[in-house]
Amino acid sequence: MLLPQAYQRMLLIRNFEETIEELFLEGRVMGTAHTCIGQEALSVGVAAALEPVDAMTTTHRGHGHFLARGADPARAMAELFGKSIGYSKGRGGSQMMMDPAIGFYGANGITGGSIPFATGIALDAVMRKSGRVTVCMFGDGASNQGVFHESLNLAALWKLPVLYVIENNGYAMSTSTARGLANPCTADRALALKVPGVSINGNDFEEVRNCIAHYATAARQGNGPAVIECVTYRLSGHSRGDPRVYRSREEEEQAWQNDPINLFEQKLISTQVLTVEQAEQIKKESAQQIKQAVQTCEKAPDASMTEFENSLFAQ
Amino acid sequence: MRNITFTQIIRETLEAEMRRDPTVFLMGEDIGIYGGAFGVTKGLIDIFGEERVRDTPITEQAITGVAIGAAVAGQRPIIEIMFMDFILLATDQLINMAAKLHPIYGQQCPLVLRTPPGAGRGYGATHSQSLERIFFGVPGIKIAAPSNAADASALLQAAIRDNNPVIFLEHKLLYPMRFEVDDDLPPPAPLGVAKVTRRGDDITIVAWSYMSVLALRAAAKLAEDDIEAEVVDMRSLAPLDLESVIESVKSTGRVLIVEEGPLTGGIAAEIAARINEAAFEYLDYPVKRLPGADLPVPYAKNLENLSIPTI
Repeated sequence: MLLPQAYQRMLLIRNFEETIEELFLEGRVMGTAHTCIGQEALSVGVAAALEPVDAMTTTHRGHGHFLARGADPARAMAELFGKSIGYSKGRGGSQMMMDPAIGFYGANGITGGSIPFATGIALDAVMRKSGRVTVCMFGDGASNQGVFHESLNLAALWKLPVLYVIENNGYAMSTSTARGLANPCTADRALALKVPGVSINGNDFEEVRNCIAHYATAARQGNGPAVIECVTYRLSGHSRGDPRVYRSREEEEQAWQNDPINLFEQKLISTQVLTVEQAEQIKKESAQQIKQAVQTCEKAPDASMTEFENSLFAQ
Repeated sequence: MRNITFTQIIRETLEAEMRRDPTVFLMGEDIGIYGGAFGVTKGLIDIFGEERVRDTPITEQAITGVAIGAAVAGQRPIIEIMFMDFILLATDQLINMAAKLHPIYGQQCPLVLRTPPGAGRGYGATHSQSLERIFFGVPGIKIAAPSNAADASALLQAAIRDNNPVIFLEHKLLYPMRFEVDDDLPPPAPLGVAKVTRRGDDITIVAWSYMSVLALRAAAKLAEDDIEAEVVDMRSLAPLDLESVIESVKSTGRVLIVEEGPLTGGIAAEIAARINEAAFEYLDYPVKRLPGADLPVPYAKNLENLSIPTI
């Protein structure tokens, strides 16, 4: 992935998430959604390190990972609109979308629920010797679930090609890492199982991409799993309607100074990868793409109950 | 014909299916070198190796979740949960992931989970439960509950070839029981089809798994008093073959549903309600249930016998 393309992907995610928040405020989409504003660099960094054959799983906060992996924003958005053209035909909503055709094995509404699932995709890769690496994305909150430790133990025992990428965004809903983790460095949890565990700057696209590429190569060579903590900050609230009473506005203002998209843009301009005009043009195009996605969703047919009822079981 | 135990025919069926399809593999606690807590998988590791007969640590949630992931990626895993009570540790993966894969995500999940439910061996309150009721009410999971060797083989083959998650119940009292079967394994039998295992005009007895064995024994005893019971062996609980039950009830007008699990919140309650809705006018008497007690399964033999249906 070239740097301008990475920048474009990050903006696409930011626009998608901001649009979702607006659509909620306007009452045009329902239920809930968890946006990843502030975490775009690591989504795109991870995706940029993967081969087409590789797999990725995500969490309840998964729009960014999905779009980074190459999802069609209109179909992803349509899922939130509950429309038939959505990735899950409107049956899943924000937290339940999958597209194996692009190596994306989906989100899961249960915190930590996709960790053994991703480990199983890695087991399949070993059994069929496909050379596939699976990246399992989850948060600091999910790192407290017992199933993380169960899965990591199995992956280490069987040397499965799976990378557990922990997005440490500072908060598990309202619970800060200081209040939820006895050791705030989630990467350290790997060390007890003698698995490599590293902590990196999740707001730096290139650092994330290079680190994931390094461990993906090692996993492909049969060296087993790794735990990579990407330290970031959830600039958005936990979900729709989060009053954010658990943190101060000052803390948020400070975090915005470290907005990964701004940092990346400044870097691309200062290193003359992009001109200011080119950056503006990419921004415009990305906003336009999301606008079109919303229009597509509004015109799309509703989800079908008959089709849903006939889909309970696979043939 | 030959005489074979329930355990042996399951082992033979697993072996045959693993030979037929290289994506079928086994995973579970102590299933390899040890051969499984009940000896079902004994010797399979020698034939298929550690890659396809995978011993795992004690880690039910991960075993189940890993199998689900492997299934979606194209394998056909068969996992063993040593006692059905331990399935509770895997419930999140089964209900929140496996059951949603096709109806919500549009993905196939060809997973078989084999597990022994049931009391009768003095194993106590956490090794004797019949927990199929938990999954019975979860759309998206199939449940097979055979009561004899031929059905066990036929339904297990169907479960392995099914593209959906199937919980396969192997009641622990069935394992050592011997049955007359054909020399060759039977062909697969579709899930969700009950079987009338005894004809009779006076009363319908509905049961599944080991309770179907007891139902046949009870029917033989009733015949001594000139009462001819018809026994409907459900064989599967999901999908539920209500039609076979209704058809029998229409001819007998009386029905008893036998369930090993407790009275309250049981599968028998659901079947009873459906009979009332579909065939009330054919009933000569209200639907009756013979369930386990609303108590944990106790250890002492006398208490255990008084807590579950016996004959």
